Parts: sequence; structure tokens; C-alpha cells
Amino acid sequence: MSDERAPGDKVYADVAGALTGLLHDGMTIMSGGFGLCGNAEACIEAVAGSGVKNLTIISNNCGNQGQGLAVLLKNRQVARVVCSFVGGNPDLAEQYLAGKVKVELCPQGTLAERIRAGGAGIAGFYTPTGVGTVVAEGKEVREIDGRPYLLERPLRADLAIVRAAVSDRFGNLRFYRTARNFNPLMATAATVTVVETDRLVPNGVIDPDDVHLPGLYVKRIVEVTEHRDVIEHRTTRARGGAPKQSELTRTRKGRA
Amino acid sequence: MSWTREQMVRRAAAEVLPGQIVNLGIGMPTEVANYINTQLSVTLQSENGLLGMGPYPSEDEVDARLINAGKETVTALPGASLFDSAQSFAMIRGGHVDLAILGGLEVACNGDLANWTVPGRLITGMGGAMDLAAGARRLVVLQNHTSKDGKSKLSTKLTLPATALACVNRVITDLGIFDVGGDCFVCVGRADGVGREAILRATAAPVLFTTATSGG
Repeated sequence: MSDERAPGDKVYADVAGALTGLLHDGMTIMSGGFGLCGNAEACIEAVAGSGVKNLTIISNNCGNQGQGLAVLLKNRQVARVVCSFVGGNPDLAEQYLAGKVKVELCPQGTLAERIRAGGAGIAGFYTPTGVGTVVAEGKEVREIDGRPYLLERPLRADLAIVRAAVSDRFGNLRFYRTARNFNPLMATAATVTVVETDRLVPNGVIDPDDVHLPGLYVKRIVEVTEHRDVIEHRTTRARGGAPKQSELTRTRKGRA
Repeated sequence: MSWTREQMVRRAAAEVLPGQIVNLGIGMPTEVANYINTQLSVTLQSENGLLGMGPYPSEDEVDARLINAGKETVTALPGASLFDSAQSFAMIRGGHVDLAILGGLEVACNGDLANWTVPGRLITGMGGAMDLAAGARRLVVLQNHTSKDGKSKLSTKLTLPATALACVNRVITDLGIFDVGGDCFVCVGRADGVGREAILRATAAPVLFTTATSGG
């Protein structure tokens, strides 16, 4: 199938096509998103539908509230998760306690930097985060200029599934609001990066100065115009007038 | 009488200085935003990638892709910026965030903080807490003085798993305000009507009182 493609053509007509030949049992997948914000929803669905098993998932949360990557957990496709936070994710907590899934908890900033390092050819870095905690177990601690630091190693994956707001045909990406989070980092740290973009535009539409992530990191692009973009906690303030922080009100309605 | 939750939150808001970059943790610290004087030009950082966070949106402003670290919908103020998670934690780890106000489970008088897990309870993960505790230039912890079963949450040595060592500057509890003093806590403020004896009884560590807090 890929043989028929013109050289340099990264754009696929649908998600199934974009993932063709990439999924196999035992692989490591990075999945962008902070909770359910900025998920490559259609790619996640396709991974779930493919039935691949024994996956290692690198993601800040591995889904939440039974949605997103949590569907892979429900399907028992996941063997191991590297993440920073499992709160609000009963599927992960349950399978972790039952010994069905291994969880490597990693401080959020360390997780981000390990992925950045993985993409940037850095073999490791010394960070103050985690010194004197369970995170330091089994890791080198080195005192530099009188302060202890922890050696953290990079993360890489076979596949990164990334959500962008705009992509051109070369894969130059722009992200939207806090849906950016881990997406551009993960795009740099996988053997193959597949971008699920809200909007595909011709090259040249994105001004070179406005590119958030240069397209060389991107191997495959698929435009997906409809997303659910689930709100985990819908918090609002009273209407009218200038925003006053003292007017905050809270309503906790999940939107499916 | 001890301070109410709102009084604690208001007292924590008084920790914020003009022009500071501030990160507020999930839970009670998030409520501090409601009481920060808008004249102070304070900029709120949210570790999921937003600097210049505004209040919750009105119904017609709600945007599923503009959230805070607690995954609540928020707004971005004029002058705000958005960035990836590595950039966000470079700000935090690199000491560019002036003040973090976090919730706590236990603080030791040497400044060690525990706020991410309790053995035997369902594990949630540390999220950004370890990075914030290790990286913020000043760390204020907002927590009740004792647990529901009456156990002191201020101690000489942590009994719970650490989030970061020697990181806390100040603890605000329902009983008062306490700076970490190495081998003791230094009480720099008492809730109205809370005497020294009550504080000493409720604290599993030595407490020094400053001249301002030694009376009564």
C-alpha cells in the first residue's frame, strides 16, 4: 500500500490507512494529551479496534473516566504504563492493584523531559526532582555544585500518536490552547509519528515563523475533523460584566 | 477558634506578592485565586502549559481544550502564553516560578513535604507535585493542622512517603502560620482565639513562638 505513494507524501485518507503496518503486539506507544485534553481520539480508537496486545503506553494519564486510552485498558491490551497521574482512572487503578498492568510513575516534569531527551539524542539528564523519594530508587544520585540530582534516562517509542490543530502536507504543526501539552514532545521521540490533525492545509499556509513543531518529525498525517473533546470538569462563573475572580462558581458536569 | 477553610485560603492569598509568577496546586490552593488582589499584577502558571490563567469561563466561553492542571475549564487572560509540558516544567524546575502554594499531607520542620500518597490507600500518582516542590522558589503548604483522626500533620520527621526534601518555607493551617525552622516550627501567626497550648498539643514537633505570637 505504502509502495504506491509518491515519495514524501505523508497524507493518508483515513486513520486505518495512516496506521497500516505500524501496529503489533508488545510495541510501545506514546499518546499525547493531558487527561482527555488533546488526545488523538481517532488513532486511539483504531489501536483499540486493532486488538494489538501487550502494549506499553507512555502518556501522562493513560485515559480518564473510562475514556480515551482507558478503552485500551478495558480491552486488556495494555501490559505496562509510564505516566505521572492515575487519579480519576479507575480502570488503571483496578488493573494495577490486581497486578494485570505494570505502572511506572514518573513526575510530570521528568516525564516530559525524558521524552524531550528521547527525541533530542540526550542519553540522560540530572534533575533535582524526585531526590529523596521513591522515584530515586535504583537511580544514580550525584551531587553537583552542592545539590543532589537524580539521573533520569530518556524515553522513546515505536509509535507516537499526536493530536494537532493544524498541519500542512509536510507535517508542520500548530497546536491549540492547552491541547498542546505532551504532543509536540512525543512527536519527536518515536520511530514513527502519526499526526491526527483537526485541519489539513497546503504547504505555505502556516507562516514558517508560526510553526510549533517542524514537519521533519512527522511521518504520517490524517485529517480528522470531528472530535469529542471531553470536558472532565466543567467549571464556569456567573455571566455578565467583566470577569471577577470572586464570582467563580463551580458546576461539575461531565460532558460526554 | 480555628480558621475556617475560607480564612485559610484568604491567608494563603496574602502570601502572594506584586508581580509574582504563581502556581496553585489542586484542591484548596486552587481557591486561593479567588482572593488574590487583582491590582497586584500576579500571573498564574498552570503546569499543563498555560501562563496567564484567568478565572473559570462563562457558559458561552467554555472551551474543552483550555483547562487547568485540575482538568477544569479556565480562561486565558490578555498577555497569556501557551506551551508544551517540557517548557512548562523548565519554568518550574528552573526556578522561574516565584511561589507555589500546594496542599499537604505532612510537613516536617526541616522542610520535607509529603503530599502525594498514603501507603495502603489507592495510588493516584504524583503528577507535577514533585517538580513543583523541588523547583518553586518559595513553597507554601496549605493544609489542616491535624488529620481527621486527630494526628498531627506537622512533625519532626516525615512518616509518609516524601514528595521532596527541604522544600517547604511556610505552612498555613487552621491553627496558624508556621515557618520551617530546621529542628522546630516557628509560629509566625495564630488563628484568632487559638492559644499556644492548643498549638503545642496539636503539633508533633517543637514550636517556637515569635514575639508577635507568644502572648495569650
